[in-house]
Amino acid sequence: MAIEVRIPTILRTYTDGARTVEGSGETLRSLLDDLEARHPGIHDRIVDDAGLRRFVNVYVNDEDVRFMAGIDTPVADGDVVTVLPAVAGG
Amino acid sequence: MLTIRQDLVDAMVAHARADHPDEACGVIAGPAGSDRPERFVPMVNAARSPTFYEFDSMDLLRLYREMDAADEDPVVVYHSHTATEAYPSRTDISYASEPAAHYVLVSTRETGAEDGPYELRSFRIVDGVVTEEEIRIG
Repeated sequence: MAIEVRIPTILRTYTDGARTVEGSGETLRSLLDDLEARHPGIHDRIVDDAGLRRFVNVYVNDEDVRFMAGIDTPVADGDVVTVLPAVAGG
Repeated sequence: MLTIRQDLVDAMVAHARADHPDEACGVIAGPAGSDRPERFVPMVNAARSPTFYEFDSMDLLRLYREMDAADEDPVVVYHSHTATEAYPSRTDISYASEPAAHYVLVSTRETGAEDGPYELRSFRIVDGVVTEEEIRIG
């Protein structure tokens, strides 16, 4: 088993159009590093120097990782990670 | 061009008036690939602000799961401006993340929460470039 990662439309340019990809890791951080190895460029669209980008939401199963341990949130095989850009503006 | 039913336009305007002076926001979903807005989904502005809007993160997850399950796209993403014109702000442009969506702006600056003339315009926002488009009622 692996971790399923659901990719939003705007990031599917990095996944050859795939809506979901698989990855592995112990934490969200290592999962995103693993994704970067196969989908170069995707990491920096989700993460900046301060951690997860403010206007990108990442969920592990049904939880927003911002209310867990952020980029250090543990993940395990069988989890579903969903990436969704915030819908926001001024 | 955005083709949309009058009742959906009216629903966006009513939502914008109801939430004035805070910004109102929401989505009109439609069958994937159809470019037809059909299902009106008003969202809570988690920022509850006259100058900013943001969908609540858990509401956002539920919305995208519903749309995935129903094979829908967010055909229209709408929000209101309550003191400025119905044109995307710099923050609107920098956070726009649905290149296939019609971004609809409603301005309530003239009438506030009251009935009266309103300003409603539609835009594409792709890679930071704003293009206004015609709205056809139908």
